[in-house]
Amino acid sequence: MRTPVPDAEPARPRRWRRSLTGPSWLAIVAAAVLLLLIVAAVFAPWIAPYKPTVNELGDAYQTPSLEHLLGTDEFGRDLLSRIIYGGRVSLIGVAEAVGVFVVLGATLGVVAGYVGGLVDTVVTWVADVFFALPGIIVILATLSILANNITAAMLLLGVLGAPALAVFMAGATKTVRAEPYIAAARVTGLRTRQILVRHVVPQVIAPLTVQVSLFAGAALLFQTGLDFLGLGTQPPQPSWGAMVNDGASHLGRDLWMVVPPGAVVLLAVMSLGLLGDALQDLRRGRLRAPAPVNTHAYRARTDRDEPDARAVAASAEPETVLAVRELSVATEDSGRTPIVDNVTFELRAGSCLGIVGESGCGKTMTALAVIGLLPDGVTTTGGSVTFAGKDLIGGAPRSYRTVRGSGIAMISQEPVANLDPSFTVGAQIAEVVRRHAHVRHKQAYQEALRLLTQVRLPDAKQVAKRYPHQLSGGMAQRVVIAAALAGRPKVLIADEPTTALDVTVQAEILQLLRELRRETGLAMILVSHDWGIIADSCDAAVVMYAGQVVEESAISQMFEHPRHPYSEGLMRSNPYYALNTRAQLPSIRGSVPRLGDWPLGCRFAPRCGYATEECLTAQVELLSVDTGHWTRCIHSDQVAAPGEVLAS
Amino acid sequence: MLRTLSRRLALSVPLFFVVTFLTFVLMALTPGGVSATILGTSATPAKIAELNRQLGLNRPILVQYWDWLSDAGHGNLGNSVVNNEAVTRLLGDGLPVTLSLIVGAVVVAVVLGVPLGVLSARRARTGGQVVDALSLVGYAVPNYFLGIMLGYLFSNVLDVLPASGYTPPAVSLSGWFESITLPVLTLGLPGAALLARQTRQSMIEVLGRDYIRSLRARGISEPVIVYKHALRNAMGNVVTLLGIYVVGLLLGTTLIETVFAMRGLGSVAVTATSQHDLPVIEGAALYFTIIVVVAFVLVDLIRAWLNPKLRSQ
Repeated sequence: MRTPVPDAEPARPRRWRRSLTGPSWLAIVAAAVLLLLIVAAVFAPWIAPYKPTVNELGDAYQTPSLEHLLGTDEFGRDLLSRIIYGGRVSLIGVAEAVGVFVVLGATLGVVAGYVGGLVDTVVTWVADVFFALPGIIVILATLSILANNITAAMLLLGVLGAPALAVFMAGATKTVRAEPYIAAARVTGLRTRQILVRHVVPQVIAPLTVQVSLFAGAALLFQTGLDFLGLGTQPPQPSWGAMVNDGASHLGRDLWMVVPPGAVVLLAVMSLGLLGDALQDLRRGRLRAPAPVNTHAYRARTDRDEPDARAVAASAEPETVLAVRELSVATEDSGRTPIVDNVTFELRAGSCLGIVGESGCGKTMTALAVIGLLPDGVTTTGGSVTFAGKDLIGGAPRSYRTVRGSGIAMISQEPVANLDPSFTVGAQIAEVVRRHAHVRHKQAYQEALRLLTQVRLPDAKQVAKRYPHQLSGGMAQRVVIAAALAGRPKVLIADEPTTALDVTVQAEILQLLRELRRETGLAMILVSHDWGIIADSCDAAVVMYAGQVVEESAISQMFEHPRHPYSEGLMRSNPYYALNTRAQLPSIRGSVPRLGDWPLGCRFAPRCGYATEECLTAQVELLSVDTGHWTRCIHSDQVAAPGEVLAS
Repeated sequence: MLRTLSRRLALSVPLFFVVTFLTFVLMALTPGGVSATILGTSATPAKIAELNRQLGLNRPILVQYWDWLSDAGHGNLGNSVVNNEAVTRLLGDGLPVTLSLIVGAVVVAVVLGVPLGVLSARRARTGGQVVDALSLVGYAVPNYFLGIMLGYLFSNVLDVLPASGYTPPAVSLSGWFESITLPVLTLGLPGAALLARQTRQSMIEVLGRDYIRSLRARGISEPVIVYKHALRNAMGNVVTLLGIYVVGLLLGTTLIETVFAMRGLGSVAVTATSQHDLPVIEGAALYFTIIVVVAFVLVDLIRAWLNPKLRSQ
């Protein structure tokens, strides 16, 4: 482990859609303030109303007036003029420090990052030492020898700051270096120096400017601090720091003299900070510019005049544990882009329902909406989720709290990422047990051990003591399942529970889930893109496309005879079906339409081989084709079972 | 864990040598050196050469450095060339002052900054703007200026706290508390703003992680998720920033000790600087370095305590 540096780019809240805005007005004001201070300092003799060092004892200690806009000091010198002139030492000092900082730090960093190896190691090591170096004492020692030599102090400050920049720039350079076009440039025989100048440097300029503006602020504070201590600019020459000190010695008389110079430093450093923030935001914006959102009128109608035919048909039968009716999910921004559109299904006690579809069809969002854990920026816009006779969405805001964990539980894709890295496995499971069963710590831990045994982990006691990073993927998923079962839920939502695992482990986890369902009577919603997994585990399936349910039936019916071209296409593209044929594995042409860009008619029509004129013009409702078999296709009678298709 | 610590200590060794040797070299480069300072206005080249010989300053610099090191190893840092007082005594008197300020400032920064950061992370938009604004001011405000303003308000206007001086806790505990309140606030408030920002950013990042969603899915209550799980995972970066903050506080205390007329390590070093009192500066360099090393070791220990991954490394 090396000296920890806080994340150079701390994560910001994940917004669903961020707009790329230019520099804010604050940043413009900040830039203007800095420009004004610089221009004033440079052209001081022409701008300043008075000479900064001429005493007018008769005018001493004045507060602001038309004659002296910022008042006067104890010698009657005009404070405004002294501030204008005083900017000069600060400006020069900061320029010196920043110059050394950039030249030394950026050069070393870019070279270290590009060359890597020993050079990089040495730079990192030196930076680690410098990082902890009490720079103030080194600079004080310098100033004790080169009395009042602010130039030497500021140059030294640049040297002391440079290694930190070098490490930062080395990191940025490494990122650029990993880009394919750099490799391409090397292959084409460009010299290292040319590659650095032409390809690397332009890429790392942006992060550099951010660092420079922040360092400049610190340098200004440092420079004025030295002047404040009387170690730099000597009277009667004006400097902001010395002016504050001067004012402080007359506090008994009046506070005013301290205010203008102090406020100027505050303002200048604040402007540098704001500028740094703005540059950072700009850079982030450029890196993660959002995909332009298509707002043309060619958008699916989401508000229905009539209720879904099936929603009316599906009455809450006693054996139904979970009923989802006309559930809709959309983004919270002004665009209200729909993500899930009027989804209806129900889950019977002890059964397993599969939700199938490609990425971006709304499977996971449906699952998250059911348990009320949609990410920020996304919200349920309609429908109901009924569990144990209570509507969770329309009900009291607290209704979810009593249901999660003990009624509905969830497991998801990345098992290790779904465990808190800071607590042992046993502690995390016992916590859930305690939350729902109100037992003592010891009993809860015993129960946690039992759960670990139940998910077939050998040596539960040992596993319970481990931290998540000490687990393999398969073990971690078993632990996650144990934690999900700890509240004795009736329904388990499994969102792609095996996608992140090795194939052999996948089968084991699916086997475990089947056994657990048998042992505990758990009902399950299994979200997957893999028909094989659905076929092995589920009793019924819902196929989703572009936010809608396009087909639903019992699993045997679905496989015998899919009634929607999308289901058929998914089955045909599954390797499981292709095994018997020498034909190339077919795929569905085209891709899932972008959110909010759904076609007006049948959403699958643009990718569908059966599509006719009629499909493109009007929305298609879910149609009943058989008992408990629904499809959103007007050509369902033409859709062939994949086996037939492949045989022909 | 052991590796982390041994690495930290291994890095500290060169740090000691770099800092002390650097100041030593600077000392040797002084035109006329210490002797010129001692002799003051009566200095002539002959007299300086004579005194240099007496003080052993004409020997090679490495020999002098070795002497200083071995003396330092025996707890002797030499005497001030200005008043001949032992450097260890001079700095020993200043150490409690500076430590009071550093520890106090860290306490203020943590006690105010971390809760503010957590609260603002829960109210993403407005909270973020408030914390961003505060941390910007915290970053930008010159602490000598803040110190003067606070001193003016609480001492000149309200007359509730002393504007200067330091009362040792052995003399009067309440007096000590009153004497450090203003300087500690001056140093701690900007620190609180910086910590709040880091806490907020880390909390938002952690609260967006998968395991937080999983905890919610398991029915764990929101306060437990925020204060037990998210905060613990967010504190790593905050503690790291705290280490950097302590290094920055060495400059801060130097300025603030001057503002509030306290004889701490920093103000002793500043006086020594203007008097060219190099043995004192050399000693202060050693003390400052020890403070930094101790701070970083503590940071490493806390981070390892927080993060089992670091512990098992």
